[in-house]
Amino acid sequence: MNTQPTQGSSSTATPRRSFLNFLLSTSIGASIVAIFYPVMKYLTPPKTGEPATASVVIPKGTELKNNSGQIFKFGSKPGILVRTPDGEFRAFSAICTHLECTVQYKKETSQIWCACHNGVYDLSGRNVSGPPPRPLENFKVNLRGEDVVVSKG
Amino acid sequence: MARGKGLSTTLYEWIDERVQLESLIHFMSKKAVPQHRHSVWYYFGGMTLFLFFVQVGTGILLTMYYRPSAEEAYESVQFIMTEVRFGWLIRSIHSWSANLMIATMFIHLFSVYFLKSYRKPRELTWVTGFGLFALVLAFGFSGYLLPWNELSFFATKVGTEIAGVVPFVGKFMVRLLRGGDDVTGATLSRFYGFHIAILPGMVTLILTIHVVLVQRLGMSVPIGVEKAAVSGQKPTRDVPFFPNFFLHDLLGWYVVIAVLAALAALMPWELGKKADLFAPAPAGIRPEWYFVYMFQTLKFIPAKILGMDGEVLGIMAFGIGGLFLFLVPFLDRDPAHHRRTRLFSGIGVFIVVYIIVLTIVGYRV
Repeated sequence: MNTQPTQGSSSTATPRRSFLNFLLSTSIGASIVAIFYPVMKYLTPPKTGEPATASVVIPKGTELKNNSGQIFKFGSKPGILVRTPDGEFRAFSAICTHLECTVQYKKETSQIWCACHNGVYDLSGRNVSGPPPRPLENFKVNLRGEDVVVSKG
Repeated sequence: MARGKGLSTTLYEWIDERVQLESLIHFMSKKAVPQHRHSVWYYFGGMTLFLFFVQVGTGILLTMYYRPSAEEAYESVQFIMTEVRFGWLIRSIHSWSANLMIATMFIHLFSVYFLKSYRKPRELTWVTGFGLFALVLAFGFSGYLLPWNELSFFATKVGTEIAGVVPFVGKFMVRLLRGGDDVTGATLSRFYGFHIAILPGMVTLILTIHVVLVQRLGMSVPIGVEKAAVSGQKPTRDVPFFPNFFLHDLLGWYVVIAVLAALAALMPWELGKKADLFAPAPAGIRPEWYFVYMFQTLKFIPAKILGMDGEVLGIMAFGIGGLFLFLVPFLDRDPAHHRRTRLFSGIGVFIVVYIIVLTIVGYRV
């Protein structure tokens, strides 16, 4: 008589205990997730929803001298307008394909150069020496009077 | 009875009755430091800690005038340097002390490495120490951007872009660090938060564990000295921590203060040109000296190696190097048995020589 209920209760005690442990650990786990999920989402910056820039006008861009370059704003990113020694206008993204530094025109060698890690591009935007792995993004150039219109190809 | 006692004794007894100061004082009075020919390396940990306190003090003072926005950051630092009384001194000390702290930390890290003090039972002291090393570099990196000048802007662009190389989570990490797709004012706000809240909190936690472990386990004795003591050739000598070692430590701190004051007064930290998001990277650009060896490596690595981007391989190699240092107590098992492994010392020498040579090359090219 006495042993029966004890046996019964001990056999149910372990599953009950493990069930309670399961509830405790999952609820602690859920609390952690409930705290850290919004924190991680908060820390991830929202997409600005800025419309992608298709073209920009560089006022009086044609005044750029031969064998020189000029940085311009292409939306929120820098672009580079280049006038070759022959007087031809070309435009590229000014973001180096290596580690995103802003490139510049190097008159002495008539090349596009990145000072950060000595990356060099030719006047077609091709990576010719140094660490850059890819060419610069090429933009279309149109002349409208004195202005230069640069647009994505 | 009580009337005959001095105020300080009464105060001491009052506190002792409540928090049992006696046991702490007993522990401190028994604390000893081994004395041998390598003892000088023991001081660099304390110096790093002292410089960290200088950073906390001067950093708090700088927050009184600094404004973390792209429009005002540069101007506010300029204001500190030119208008605020002793502002130039506080800022220069903050910058110089940061650099000295990284230097003493490098010395501390490599002295511990070469003396193999990471061996059992001090694995966790090494692991926490390595964590502090990483956090201090993060401090340097985040603080560098705060004046919002040309050099720091590009250094941050390159540095955060490097995080993008990490497989799977790289792009997410870049956005998380920058607070957007590009380095902008949002990055500055974020780095300010890292620099003055998140990193100090993490350092405080890990530093406490590190220092408690050092107290619990005592100073490590180099293998050679330990062997000589075990064989009875030359027994180890101890000196009491209080006052002997502590006074030496204090002396070291005074040397640091003198060096800091001289550097800050004679070579105030420059501010440079304000960051322009649409200006090309200036010629001769390079990061802080403690990142120059990585920067120089990235310059030398060709664009493609075996079809992979060179920079990815380079950054992965640095990652593996860091992981190796982090795990060294678990990889190098021999010193725990009083044996010195030449392989690990050799790797250490290679790492130090590599860092020194590439840094020198970085400043010459």
